[in-house]
Amino acid sequence: MSAAALPAAGASSANASRGVLLMLLLPGLVALVITFLLPLIWLFRASFASSTMGAFSGGDWTVQSYSAVLFDPFYWRVAWNTLVLGFNVAIFAVILSYPIALFLVRTESRFRGVLTALAVAPLLTSSVVRTYGWMVILGDRGVINSTLQSLSLTGGVIRLTNNSFGATVALIEILMPYAILAMLSGFGRLNPQLEEAAAMLGANRVKVFTRIILPLSAPGVLTAALLVFVLAISSFVTPRLMGGGRVFVLGTEVFNEATVTLNWPLAAALSVMLLILFSSIILLYQRALRALET
Amino acid sequence: MQSNPLLGRIAWNTLIALLYLFLLAPIIVVFIISFDTRQYLAFPPESFSFGSYVKVFQNVKFISAFWRSLVIGAIVGFVAVSAGMLLSLSLVRYQFRGKAAVGFLILAPFLVPHIVLAVGIMLVIAPLGLLDSYPGIVLAHLGITIPYTVRTITMSLMAVDTRVEEAALVHGASPRMVFWRITLPLVRPGLIAGGVIAFLISFDEATISLFIVSVKASTLPTEIYHYLEYSTDPQIAALSVILILISVAVVMMVEKLIGLRKAL
Repeated sequence: MSAAALPAAGASSANASRGVLLMLLLPGLVALVITFLLPLIWLFRASFASSTMGAFSGGDWTVQSYSAVLFDPFYWRVAWNTLVLGFNVAIFAVILSYPIALFLVRTESRFRGVLTALAVAPLLTSSVVRTYGWMVILGDRGVINSTLQSLSLTGGVIRLTNNSFGATVALIEILMPYAILAMLSGFGRLNPQLEEAAAMLGANRVKVFTRIILPLSAPGVLTAALLVFVLAISSFVTPRLMGGGRVFVLGTEVFNEATVTLNWPLAAALSVMLLILFSSIILLYQRALRALET
Repeated sequence: MQSNPLLGRIAWNTLIALLYLFLLAPIIVVFIISFDTRQYLAFPPESFSFGSYVKVFQNVKFISAFWRSLVIGAIVGFVAVSAGMLLSLSLVRYQFRGKAAVGFLILAPFLVPHIVLAVGIMLVIAPLGLLDSYPGIVLAHLGITIPYTVRTITMSLMAVDTRVEEAALVHGASPRMVFWRITLPLVRPGLIAGGVIAFLISFDEATISLFIVSVKASTLPTEIYHYLEYSTDPQIAALSVILILISVAVVMMVEKLIGLRKAL
């Protein structure tokens, strides 16, 4: 491993460098195969196993986990809840992130670096911690309810947590940094000179926005929406904690089957279905992106 | 809007400020509530004290989970950086068949939901008896951190002028010496940035951890999660502030080294 430097020093010793290359690749590839590739294969296999408590027995292939899901109206409702949550979170996260991203791209403030860091830094705080923050804000005795009550605007407590509203709001905020980040890298084509040119030619600000800024930023917005959507439909910590056990989405059900009911084949089947949903959304996105760019 | 640019500007800046407030609201609120002394969650705090912090430091469960998370994060950071360094070297300096496939395999964990990966890893390591163990949780965190270390190290490596290495070789340095004395110091910002990001992901990660650990190897986020299922008292706020401060330190370090936006 110590000979790793060899920056293709002499291309003459092709065999030696081949050996070095192998040594370079091996540790990382083994790690990725064990922690990524193998788990996916195993997951697929387990989803076709017959259910046993906390394990799956090799050998037999059966579709009973899939049929259990497909013929149970409960799971259809769960899938529907998941999609609704994903759409709501994606739409609002994108709407709220768009002005911030636009601002960060165009500002000439000397605090630009700090403001950018501030916008994406929440990514690096634990989602459990930020979910707790939302429990404090939206809870029965939280910031909003106590403010409303001290202003005597409401008689009783407004239930903002332990339902899908709380889960949606918290997820919007938790996933916004991803949307901002995606937009920042997608807004490269925005050019102030184009806007100035349009303004000079007599376009008003609304027109500049709808005809220039919006179309040019559309790919970034689409990427952000996709990213937030796929992260939202696969989340479970926030829906579980904010939903207080009353919000049922694919993520919470996978966790439930895997750690509480210990029906691992069912957990695997639900995960495979989530993965299929996930991939089809990404395929749709690629088509939409291509349509936007031509 | 067009008639009064000043008013439009004020409105725009106010909107941005409000959006930032929304984005940072949970962190701000957690900070305020952490100084409350009551046993239950309520707002605003009735008095300010460090009582909740004292309680956290007396909570054996949290303290031991904190040390476990620290150790696990450090091991994950070290292994992910080592594997990432080698992978980056091969991707930047070599042309080989299957390079695209290797590149895809490295990026692929970005494309798979953590919860799906979590079930898969659980199924793989359960028969090995690694559920709720240090090796189990370290393995589980490697797949999701290696992509980040490869990214930061590759960026640093591409900025290295290979002529410096060639010059050292010409002057008689062994390849081993060139690696340790030239290449490695030059990519140090990428190594450290990758290492701290990997550490932080492992340290903060809850989704995968919740499937893998339960008691013996429980990490701080999983302990907080289980605590929150039953109680939401200010103790968690104090603990959260400590975690946030650790994140802030890491963020500042990454920003200084290679820029936060490039690393994420």
